[in-house]
Amino acid sequence: MISVDLAKHMTSASNGQKEIILKTENVSVYYGNFLAVRGVYLDIPKNKIVAFIGPSGCGKSTLLRTFNRLNDLIPGCRVEGRITFHKQDIYDKKIDPIDICRRIGMVFQKPTPFPKSIYENIAFGARVNGYRGNMDELVEQSLRQAALWDEVKDKLKQSGLALSGGQQQRLCIARAIAIQPEVILMDEPCSALDPISTLKIEELLDELKEKYTIIIVTHNMQQASRIADMTAFFNAEATEMGGKMGYLVEYDETQEIFHNPKEKSTQDYVSGRFG
Amino acid sequence: MMSESKPSEQQENQQLWRPNRQRSKLVELAVKSLFGLFALVSVATTIGIIFVLIFETIEFFREVPFWRFLTDKEWTPLFSNAQFGIFVLISATFLTSIIAITVALPLGLLAAIYLSEYAQPKLRQWLKPALEILAGVPTVVYGYFALLFVTPLLQKIIPGLQGFNALSAGMVLGISIIPLVASLSEDAIYAVPQSLREGAYALGATQREAIIGVVLPGALSGIVASFIIAVSRAIGETMIVAIAAGQNPTLGLNPFVPIMTMTAYIVQVSLGDTPAGSLAFKTIFAVGMTLFVLTLILNVFSFWFVRRFREKYE
Repeated sequence: MISVDLAKHMTSASNGQKEIILKTENVSVYYGNFLAVRGVYLDIPKNKIVAFIGPSGCGKSTLLRTFNRLNDLIPGCRVEGRITFHKQDIYDKKIDPIDICRRIGMVFQKPTPFPKSIYENIAFGARVNGYRGNMDELVEQSLRQAALWDEVKDKLKQSGLALSGGQQQRLCIARAIAIQPEVILMDEPCSALDPISTLKIEELLDELKEKYTIIIVTHNMQQASRIADMTAFFNAEATEMGGKMGYLVEYDETQEIFHNPKEKSTQDYVSGRFG
Repeated sequence: MMSESKPSEQQENQQLWRPNRQRSKLVELAVKSLFGLFALVSVATTIGIIFVLIFETIEFFREVPFWRFLTDKEWTPLFSNAQFGIFVLISATFLTSIIAITVALPLGLLAAIYLSEYAQPKLRQWLKPALEILAGVPTVVYGYFALLFVTPLLQKIIPGLQGFNALSAGMVLGISIIPLVASLSEDAIYAVPQSLREGAYALGATQREAIIGVVLPGALSGIVASFIIAVSRAIGETMIVAIAAGQNPTLGLNPFVPIMTMTAYIVQVSLGDTPAGSLAFKTIFAVGMTLFVLTLILNVFSFWFVRRFREKYE
């Protein structure tokens, strides 16, 4: 706990007056009676890339999915503690989860293009959110931002499923960008892709952080060290019931996490001793 | 450990393992042949049926020119002044099938969407088998249900509705194929990966928007296939139309009068004392062939459509 507080202190110190866009206070996530993640304190600064790393089952994806309330879809899933987005509690009863999804976008582990044309894949999100502007422009602009426009501009009518894996994932990023969110959550977006596609997406993320705040879960430590400004290391401990419970070990500047970690388990993980 | 055991122990251990490879091979071959034979029997039966159909149909067209089959305005093969207008029967089959589909498609599809997307898992566990049991009700029961319950009910609403009519038969026929449509469509809808639904929700779609915009397009090929299978079932269904739609070959698409579908005609002639080899006898093969060709076309189309439009998810 001390280390977490210290990390929080470090964060605020090193970021100066940096605006905090998303904040978790003592957040725990339960599946039924099973505690999956316990007591997370995190400050996500605006226009930064924050990476969540840690071994399997440490709850990083679970935590990520609480930020846009996608866990609401899972029966029995319950969130305790406070998650604030621009100082507004997103689990407040007055908040419509659909509004949250509109402002906090998400890209999943596997590319999930809809069974529609490339154009419609992007227009869908805009339509359900009542976008009244010029759709052609929005589609082009989103595809350009996702560095996919040049590859697909002549086949916008083709099915999104006909693209390669890397292209599909960039289509999903374009789709997320199209509804102009403030935060983009990425759940291991490159784990199903080859190294070249991965590189393209990493380059893309660096450009995207100008406009968006990005939280990315990754198993790939090199990836975290390459792209992230801040890194949070999660670990898991076995529970008496035979499951695993995740918790935040350390959260700091990426440099610090990889070269000067405060915690022994972080040191062991980033040096590849386990995980 | 192996190095410590004495040579004699090793030999003893070897004695325990005496597989009979030769016999295994023979058994494998016998089993393979046996199953192959069974597979062959079912295929051979189908081919045999088709050959009989083709053979008897050719015999029929030796006596009745093909153009008369297509152009005659009446279907009276048992009269002295015999006419062979197949479209009289086709129009009746078409009419009952259309009515049936009009009933079955919306109800079946909506039921499928509810079961797959809205129903609680526990409710789905009960409802789906219950629906499939409905498909197991003998169609003769549906036939009497149409004749003795639905028709009198409809007669109260529609004056002048005859005792035997296409409307009642078609509606009950539709009810009888709802489980088929619902069950097959539900399979297709349920098979759409959860990740697609999450993708839609993550963009701020409501459940309805996710279903209409993403899930249904994803399940389209399966849904269309279920529709087509339901249509061919409606075309081939016999008992309901034979009981409730009448035995009166009428050209036209009036749903309020008695009609005679292709299947009902085959029943009529098969149950009568028509001598084998007579022209009337051969007509049922010509009608059967027509029925077979129609459903075959539908099934081939369905097969093609599914292959062409199936979305391949990883």
